[in-house]
Amino acid sequence: MAVCIAVIAKENYPFYIRSTPTENELKFHYMVHTSLDVVDEKISAMAKALVDQRELYQDLLYPTEDCKVYGYLTNSKVKFAMVVDSSNTALRDNEIRSMFRKLHNSYTDVSRAFDNMVTSIMIQVC
Amino acid sequence: MSPTQWDLPVELCCRPMAFVTLTGLDVVYNAVHRAVWDAFCANRRADRVPISFKVLPGDHEYPKCRPKRTSYEWYIPKGILKTGWMNKHLNLVPALVVVFYELDWDEPQWKEKQSECATRVEIVRQSLQGRNTKVAVVLIQKKTPLPPGEDVIASERAAALCNACELSGKSLFVLPHTDHLVGYIIRLENAFYEHAQTYYYTEIRRVKSHKEFLNKTTHQLLFVRHQFKIAFFSELKQDTQNALKNYRTAYNLVHELRAHETNILEIKTMAGFINYKICRLCFQHNTPLDAIAQFRKHIDLCKKKIGSAELSFEHAAWMSKQFQAFGDLFDEAIKLGLTAIQTQNPGFYYQQAAYYAQERKQLAKSLCNHEASVMYPNPDPLETQTGVLDFYGQRSWRQGILSFDLSDPEKEKVGVLAIQLKERNVAHSEIIITLLSNAVAQFKKYKCPRMKSHLMVQMGEEYYYAKDYTKALKLLDYVMCDYRSEGWWTLLTSILTTALKCSYLMAQLKDYITYSLELLGRASTLKDDQKSRIEKNLINVLMNESPDPEPDCDIFAGKTAQKLWADRISLAGSNIFTIGVQDFVPFVQCKAKFHAPSFHVDVPVEFDIYLKADCPHPIRFSKLCVSFNNQEYNQFCVIEEASKANEVLENPTQGKMCLVPGKTRKLLFKFVAKTEDVGKKIEITSVDLALGNETGRCVVLNWQGGGGDAASSQEALQAARSFKRRPKLPDNEVHWDSIIIQASTMIISRVPNISVHLQHEPPALTNEMYCLVVTVQSHEKTQIRDVKLTAGLKPGQDANLTQKTHVTLHGTELCDESYPALLTDIPVGDLHPGEQLEKMLYVRCGTVGSRMFLVYVSYLINTTAEEKEIVCKCHKDETVTIETVFPFDVAVKFVSTKFEHLERVYADIPFLLMTDLLSASPWALTVVSSELQLAPSMTTVDQLESQVDNVVLQTGESASECFCLRCPSLGNVEGGVATGHYIISWKRTSAMENIPVIRTVITLPHVIVENIPLHVNADLPSFGRVRESLPVKYHLQNKTDFVQDVEISVEPSDAFMFSGLKQIRLPAQAFYSYQYFCQATGSTHG
Repeated sequence: MAVCIAVIAKENYPFYIRSTPTENELKFHYMVHTSLDVVDEKISAMAKALVDQRELYQDLLYPTEDCKVYGYLTNSKVKFAMVVDSSNTALRDNEIRSMFRKLHNSYTDVSRAFDNMVTSIMIQVC
Repeated sequence: MSPTQWDLPVELCCRPMAFVTLTGLDVVYNAVHRAVWDAFCANRRADRVPISFKVLPGDHEYPKCRPKRTSYEWYIPKGILKTGWMNKHLNLVPALVVVFYELDWDEPQWKEKQSECATRVEIVRQSLQGRNTKVAVVLIQKKTPLPPGEDVIASERAAALCNACELSGKSLFVLPHTDHLVGYIIRLENAFYEHAQTYYYTEIRRVKSHKEFLNKTTHQLLFVRHQFKIAFFSELKQDTQNALKNYRTAYNLVHELRAHETNILEIKTMAGFINYKICRLCFQHNTPLDAIAQFRKHIDLCKKKIGSAELSFEHAAWMSKQFQAFGDLFDEAIKLGLTAIQTQNPGFYYQQAAYYAQERKQLAKSLCNHEASVMYPNPDPLETQTGVLDFYGQRSWRQGILSFDLSDPEKEKVGVLAIQLKERNVAHSEIIITLLSNAVAQFKKYKCPRMKSHLMVQMGEEYYYAKDYTKALKLLDYVMCDYRSEGWWTLLTSILTTALKCSYLMAQLKDYITYSLELLGRASTLKDDQKSRIEKNLINVLMNESPDPEPDCDIFAGKTAQKLWADRISLAGSNIFTIGVQDFVPFVQCKAKFHAPSFHVDVPVEFDIYLKADCPHPIRFSKLCVSFNNQEYNQFCVIEEASKANEVLENPTQGKMCLVPGKTRKLLFKFVAKTEDVGKKIEITSVDLALGNETGRCVVLNWQGGGGDAASSQEALQAARSFKRRPKLPDNEVHWDSIIIQASTMIISRVPNISVHLQHEPPALTNEMYCLVVTVQSHEKTQIRDVKLTAGLKPGQDANLTQKTHVTLHGTELCDESYPALLTDIPVGDLHPGEQLEKMLYVRCGTVGSRMFLVYVSYLINTTAEEKEIVCKCHKDETVTIETVFPFDVAVKFVSTKFEHLERVYADIPFLLMTDLLSASPWALTVVSSELQLAPSMTTVDQLESQVDNVVLQTGESASECFCLRCPSLGNVEGGVATGHYIISWKRTSAMENIPVIRTVITLPHVIVENIPLHVNADLPSFGRVRESLPVKYHLQNKTDFVQDVEISVEPSDAFMFSGLKQIRLPAQAFYSYQYFCQATGSTHG
């Protein structure tokens, strides 16, 4: 299940971050923050290769023992991060993709709708 | 329990090499033997065969070989692998024993020596009874051996010796200690290596042969043991592929063992060992992905095999070690050339190892919290007779017991207690910190700055738990700025909270205050009650009192801290702390804003300081001062409120210096700028806000420039992106975000109140004294003083213009090169209100083109600003662009005396020079005079008087002159002959009398002079009368040095009648003139 969802600005400060369970909030904050290392490196690799970024989904960023962090990068370099429990092996790649796409869509709509979406995804996958 | 209990044994981690012992060498007293030994063991490079050599005495006792088991039927193994086994085969039981013996083939006492050698071999064989260890003999000889077959005695004696020693010929070697010792040694050791490989091969066969006797019910452990041994022997044989294959089988077998709480540690220990070997070999075979896959599988299989709950910290310790060992293997492989990547590098394994070490600490903390009165059991259940365990991973108090039932629960309890009590003494933090710092080093290498920071935070926190607050603070302080600069406030708050605890426990005043300031600020995500507590503590500290202890601090450390704080109070010394805010986010924000980007010097400079507090309660400041780049203004911008220390919180809403949380406070400052600062920038260099006062403790917050702290730039960015509409505020309040810092302003001069007028007649003519009339009129209400005029070519134009432009105030004399292009600061006295003055300016431009001229008038005036008398310097400038043109064009041509155009002139023959002066000036020009200066090569035929004196030329009119000249013969001159100069003196017709005349010199063109052989000159009367004779005289002149034959024929026109010779032929002497007359009569028509 998605245990934490974050939206991060181009400059890498968090726009929005929410996790469940809340008592381990700090751990997820750190996890999302450290995963930016990988995103940064990917962005700079893309800039070097001078390729147009087509693929918004950034794949698994950091695998840890108990959690997996997935990333998604918009064209304006706003990042989405999702932390998923490692034990949830049923969650397939394309499901994570579609969750990210949903997040992206609602993010581009309005922030209020976005907040609801986060809630719904969290409930949905719990 | 020793802290190294979890470390993998050395014999497991080393690279197994064939073990060969050398006997019969006296390496201490015998130099030859020493040299032989050195050649074996010194400088062993990678290309030498992998053998581990050891020198032992000839009668060394090797480990006894137990009698061969004939049947496994009744044998029940007591464990998986004996702790001594690996060491035994690495360092104790050799694959080959080499007997060195000094014996030459021509030894006189051969028989005796031979039998002594045989005895030595026999002694070795005795000691190795039951083992397959090979024996070889090396004869150390003084003489170089002959080629094989040539030395008959040698072959005979060798055969005899082999026979006596019961050796095969392949096991007897000769080592002559001559020049090529190392070469011989290398050949020897290669032979030894072959023997050793054969030995390990037979060992593998031997172990394999046991297999058929085993059954799956009672010999499960033996399956693992045998498989492990085969793999290990394969490694000794350097057959790593088969070793890997057998270790993999062993790994699967170990997990097939029936696991129970009593043997889980043994299973895990062995699984860990085998996993280590597999991973190591995979890295060695350059298949790192296989290593990683194996390790993941290993972890997944073992993760849940916790074993006894009372000793669960052991599992964590074991897990930690697994990750650490894998990290080490990974790192080692990288050092040997493997490439790692950002998302797969040894750092992750060290990090996970640290995580399990932390878990171990937590578990130990909860499981080993026995009362101090609980004594360590006696006798020590962890002691064994030999001091070591018989089998890896077993419990010392029930070694070799395979039953899953605990036969003696009491003994078990005592054993567990002993382990728990030992665990209590483990320096967990040290282990965790070491692992974390290993991970930090890796993540630094693989471009993971945030991961690195995160691990450093953990290190800092671990130091905090270990009560090393100095180190904790150092680490936390180091990483704080990373989180601050990226705006991860939750994380920053968490770090700050720990840092605050550290600084409290060490009673570090300045740090304590700094962290408090930030934890109260907007970057802190603490709840209000926490903030209130911190604010209260901060006020206490400022009033020179001790703060309340931070929550969740170690009780003992807290008591020490209270003492330290008490000491701080009594300590006299500097109690003023200046804290620069640019590196953190304090609870007060400050912005300075000048009202305008520039101020005239006669109006006061005004600016506002905006302050806003983010703390939960109103707070009173004692002093605010603003510093400028010109420090003289500092004195005007200070607000100080006399208040006692204890008033910081009282009367919160009164006074300028009391900040109500969330409300923006605006403070207006005003000062009159110095007249010296006109044209300069006034900059706010810093704003200092003091909290507390000198009697207690005082904190001065120092903002560099016009305010802003570590979070400001990011907030500005966020505000700019935000579409949020700001709620409307009352008129006297402003939105904090909408205030833009303006920390500098320009001081500009007072607005002038004079007029500057220029009068002139453009365009200017080249080289003339061009007149500009400057009129200055004062419109000021009072007298202006010290009026100064700066006029001339405006600086900053083409540098060549400066050379060719000259300015003077005196038009009566022509200016030359020495005159400047710009006249500066010409004093013109004072002016009363309404008064006007006029100044003539003469400009001489040497080249055509347009120029910009500047007229700049400055003056002083007394005025007041803010009831302060000041002397202002005002100025006004006027620029004008003036075009310079040529006054006239001069055309020159050469014509013959008959006004025919001449391409060239003839030597000694007169010709005419005609000048034509065409006025190009829009204004009338007066040609005062003209003059022809002839070159020495030219002579004049008549007077050279000017024919155009005082001629006035309007635009487009021209004046021409004509001069008759002759050029004597000069021979053939290349490029023609110089003619001379034509000088025109002129001025504007409108110019005043005293304006000097300008002389324009025109260089006349060169002319080609040609010599002619014969010159004919006709002398005709100017007119003739009808029917009267008209005498025509021809002069023929021979211009050459020779006599020339001349034939003359005259062909009169029909209009004339002709008399005289019509055709003659005569010789013309050189340089001789002839006159020839002919008379023609007739009538002319028309």
